[in-house]
Amino acid sequence: MEEEGLPQYTFKKVKSLVFGVLSPKMIKQMASAKVVTPELYDKEGYPVDGGLMDTRLGVIDPGLRCRTCGAKLKECPGHFGYIELARPVIHINYVGLIHVLLKGTCRECGKVMITKSRKDKILAEMERIRNEGRVEDLRTYAKTIIKELASQNKCPYCKSRQQKIVIEKPSTFLENDKRLSPIEIRTRMERISDDDLKLFGLNPKSIRPEWLVLTVLPIPPVTMRPSITLESGERSEDDLTHKLGDIVRINQRLFENINAGAPEIIIEDLWDLLQYHVTTFFNNDVAQLPPARHRSGQPLKTITERIKSKEGRIRHNLAGKRTNFSARTVISPDPMIGLNEVGVPKVVAMKLTVPERVTEWNAEYLKKFIERGPKTYPGANYVIRPDGKKKRITDDMKEQILEEIQPGYLVERHLMDGDIAIFNRQPSLHRMSMMCHEVRVLPFNTFRMNPSVCNPYNADFDGDEMNLHIPQTEEARAEAEILMKVQTQLISAGYGLSVIGCIDDGISGNYLLTKLIALPRERAITLLTNAGVTELEHVPDKEVLTGSEIFSVILPKDLDFKGKDKSGNDFIIKKGKLLSGVVDSASIGKGSGLLLRHVHKRYGAAFAADFIARLLRLGIAVVREYGHSTAISDTDLPEKAQKIIQETLDEAERKVEELIQQFYKKELETFPGKTMAETLELKILEALNKARNRTGEIVNEYSVKETATIVMSRSGARGKPLNLAQMAACVGQQAMRGGRINSGYKGRTLSCFKKGDLSSSARGFIRHGFKQGLTPSEFFFMGMTGRDSLMDTALRTPKSGYLYRRLANALQDLKVEYDDTVRDASKKIVQFKYGEDGVDVSKSESGTVNIKRIISELA
Amino acid sequence: MVETIFKSFKGKLPDKILDDVRENLPSKITKDKVKKILEQVKKEFDEMQVEAGESVGLVAAESIGEQGTQMTLNTFHYAGVAEMNVTVGLPRLIEILDGRKTLSTPMMEVYLKPPYNKGKDIKKIALSIKETKLDDLSAEFSINIADLIVEVVINQKTLELMGLDMKDVVKAVEKGMKDAEVKAKGDAIIIKPGKEEGIQELYKLKEKIKEIHIGGIKGVKQVLPVRRGEEFIIITAGSNLKVAFDKEYVDEERTTTNNIHEVAEVLGIEAARQTIINEVLKVIENQGLNIDKRHMMLVADMMCNTGTIKGITRYGVVSRKSSVLARASFETPIKHIISAALVGERDNLTSVVENVMLNQPVPVGTGLPGLITKAK
Repeated sequence: MEEEGLPQYTFKKVKSLVFGVLSPKMIKQMASAKVVTPELYDKEGYPVDGGLMDTRLGVIDPGLRCRTCGAKLKECPGHFGYIELARPVIHINYVGLIHVLLKGTCRECGKVMITKSRKDKILAEMERIRNEGRVEDLRTYAKTIIKELASQNKCPYCKSRQQKIVIEKPSTFLENDKRLSPIEIRTRMERISDDDLKLFGLNPKSIRPEWLVLTVLPIPPVTMRPSITLESGERSEDDLTHKLGDIVRINQRLFENINAGAPEIIIEDLWDLLQYHVTTFFNNDVAQLPPARHRSGQPLKTITERIKSKEGRIRHNLAGKRTNFSARTVISPDPMIGLNEVGVPKVVAMKLTVPERVTEWNAEYLKKFIERGPKTYPGANYVIRPDGKKKRITDDMKEQILEEIQPGYLVERHLMDGDIAIFNRQPSLHRMSMMCHEVRVLPFNTFRMNPSVCNPYNADFDGDEMNLHIPQTEEARAEAEILMKVQTQLISAGYGLSVIGCIDDGISGNYLLTKLIALPRERAITLLTNAGVTELEHVPDKEVLTGSEIFSVILPKDLDFKGKDKSGNDFIIKKGKLLSGVVDSASIGKGSGLLLRHVHKRYGAAFAADFIARLLRLGIAVVREYGHSTAISDTDLPEKAQKIIQETLDEAERKVEELIQQFYKKELETFPGKTMAETLELKILEALNKARNRTGEIVNEYSVKETATIVMSRSGARGKPLNLAQMAACVGQQAMRGGRINSGYKGRTLSCFKKGDLSSSARGFIRHGFKQGLTPSEFFFMGMTGRDSLMDTALRTPKSGYLYRRLANALQDLKVEYDDTVRDASKKIVQFKYGEDGVDVSKSESGTVNIKRIISELA
Repeated sequence: MVETIFKSFKGKLPDKILDDVRENLPSKITKDKVKKILEQVKKEFDEMQVEAGESVGLVAAESIGEQGTQMTLNTFHYAGVAEMNVTVGLPRLIEILDGRKTLSTPMMEVYLKPPYNKGKDIKKIALSIKETKLDDLSAEFSINIADLIVEVVINQKTLELMGLDMKDVVKAVEKGMKDAEVKAKGDAIIIKPGKEEGIQELYKLKEKIKEIHIGGIKGVKQVLPVRRGEEFIIITAGSNLKVAFDKEYVDEERTTTNNIHEVAEVLGIEAARQTIINEVLKVIENQGLNIDKRHMMLVADMMCNTGTIKGITRYGVVSRKSSVLARASFETPIKHIISAALVGERDNLTSVVENVMLNQPVPVGTGLPGLITKAK
């Protein structure tokens, strides 16, 4: 790689991490300063030598240099220091282990209380488990041995009787009600031999038990506890610095008192205080210890709190990261752009940049961007020299940069049409929530997207915002294009069907076109042009064109397809001509949209994506030409139908009344395993639901005229027949917890009913339609279920979110290996063949091969 | 003759697909065409195979997790008119994936062996499965303070329905109440405690006597005979597969429970794996959702591949991960880091999160191959 102008990179990769416990020796070795004074700064405001902000521990002030490495702010990573503790203290996180070790070893001779022969056997077994790399099993095995040890009360070696040792929370040990001092504990720990340690599942190479009792304490570098300067010029120290200050102060007092020969009781008190401070330094949330607080009363955030939980270091900063080259704004629809395009506002395009490397061949081209500068589009914002220095392009610098520029430089030019971007909407629940689009720079301030891709993102345009990311390297762009483009995501990995299809007006428009419309040639051509269709040579030479003929223009000329439309009629395309049937959601909708599926298989993903966009544009053009708007009168029913509906509902109510009478007379035949009251409820529910469904059928039967609302429902664009029925005739029974509404007041649902009234109207049956309007009691019933479902959603979201997080965490490292097996990170086999047949769902048709299609094609 | 062509494809294509082809073939078809069809099927099948490095685990988690957001939370649901209360939806899904030992609604589907499954005496069989305590049989419970005895009047009708007689009851009570004197007297049973006891003890004793197990399967609280296709089966609330299998009329091959741990104990881990798949599938279908079976299989395999059932929790599957950082990034990070330090654990950075944490390429998907291009 001795090419000129190219920077020489060295790639380093972390291969593994080893965890262990710091020994006192190690702490001293890695320290670059010993902290002896709790003072932070001197009178001039400089860090004190031997203080907690010592410049040997790193620097946080601009201008100062680190005395250990000589580097400046941001360059120096910081260095550890240490303090010598006047008396040893117990590390709070190892209290449990210390207890186990104390209990398991002889109080007198320090040997593990297991006979020699058994010890050898256990050690051999442990060695075996360790060699197999089953660390988790090693831990569980050690636990069983520890349990066994706890019941021993006589040492098999020196035969001495063993005293009971109990913990007094949080960190005091009592032997026979006598307190064991950390010094005593430390000496006992020292007595345990390396071999014996293994029995507790400990690795003598990484830990000696006496290290669990601290004699020296490492002081974390200044850089991980920077102070902030308030507006008033006052310095505000980090929580950790506060805590460390406490430790150093008490430690010093303890030293002085010991040296002065103070009474034991004072020393003990100070020692306990030191123990408290060290404990809260590690963990400020220990049970039975009052947390250390600020003066304001807010608890300090010490080491454990920094690491833990969602806002902690691990989940917030390590597993999740922030990024540059991203933008976020409101989205709005634009059917005229492609499925895999995203409209980016010009302001955004002038902030987000793509780095382009200067070569001999493109130097002139890139220079033009620099000339235009950051303020005229398309310009450039920065250039980066081969040595990595970044230079902002300003009006003054322009000339100089233009002169300087040569192959090897990077120019960060503005985003332009055709650039690659990753578009995302939260919550990112599946991989289709982050897809790759091509940039289209457009005026105004919102991101524009084709409405057909709303579905995978689960987006709508009621104020949703989305994020845009610009990949910065060739590899990233290539990967995004090949793996993440919208057309590669058409088929869901979850169930093998299309997640993207025509929606809303795209469906109703095409439905109208193929069902109702015939246009003179001229208008047909206008329509097609409006839809952005250019293949006008395919328009048949006729005076008047049927809708099917117009629709056929956008079909590929060699397309053969046979299917059914929504109402069950044949839907036939031959040689790119729609011969019979109506276009509706069964052919071009998402999910099982069969025509789309066929096109996808036959002509490929890119064509299918384009095809969907063309269908949508055509649909919209039709709707604009023909007109399509809903009105309240859309669901008007003829008088006859209204009469029948009223009769059905009356009949149902009569039936309910009858059932109630039977119930009171105890004549009701009970279902097995149910009480009579339960049976009544079930029967009433059944009767009422049947009546409502019947009204739905009636509405459907009698709405002969294809009004806009009915077109939408029939074509499958929006609204189920149920919604129609609810508008036109009857909303139906409001269900809560799987039954009728039966709570509220004592013995009744609302205060306007009699107690014990079981009739349909008193238990949440809404017999009116939305158009007629609801009675007050019906209105309240609807409010009840509405509130109930709102609550359901609010409770469900965090629950399912947690389930998802757990699943993702448990399964994230499973992958298919080169030998077709599914294995986890430690190469353990989970499946010999993925899904038993190795089929990738996102490449399949609903999980398998579409045999019927193949047979009909070939037979 | 067509069969020979099929035979040549056996092993190259899954049996299920071959069967589907066979079923869908038109009755009159030439050999050539069959061959052509099968070749095409094979071609498409091969094109569908997963690629190495595919992060199948995450895809499974996404598929289930995303659909989970669309489930209802309503715990109870009546499936059909006369069926039982079953936990469905998200709570049930969580229950399964947690690998819980006690379910909120344990249930068995008891299939019966041929002569019994025709519906004759089905009620009687169902009742004999249901756990019966003395309390269920009694018409009256009384304490005779003078003689310090407990008298239980047995409802003869129920007794008959259960196919038992007084002797059986006496025997059962004797078994349940050791060192007590039990006698039958007409329709009643008289229980005299072995030791002389005060009235207060007698009251306590009465409560204990009520709980005495007379017959049926312990844990089965409710039974419901249901017609399923040609035969009758019994659906039970409460589950105890082991005891159910001891009954001579129970068809061990088809009888199932929704308690995964019970299945694992009685039928083994492979059966438990299948139960997990079936139960998740049931929830999904009940909610009108659609998730490919393969994702459920992967989850089930992950839960079962150690030989015991591990839930998708910090104590189960996640605790078995080899990487310290991966475990720490899930829950209780301090605990994991500390126990790793004690053993001197090494994290080889072979999975996803650890590498994300260290800003390194992840060894799945395009990060898997270790290809380096040579600069010219």
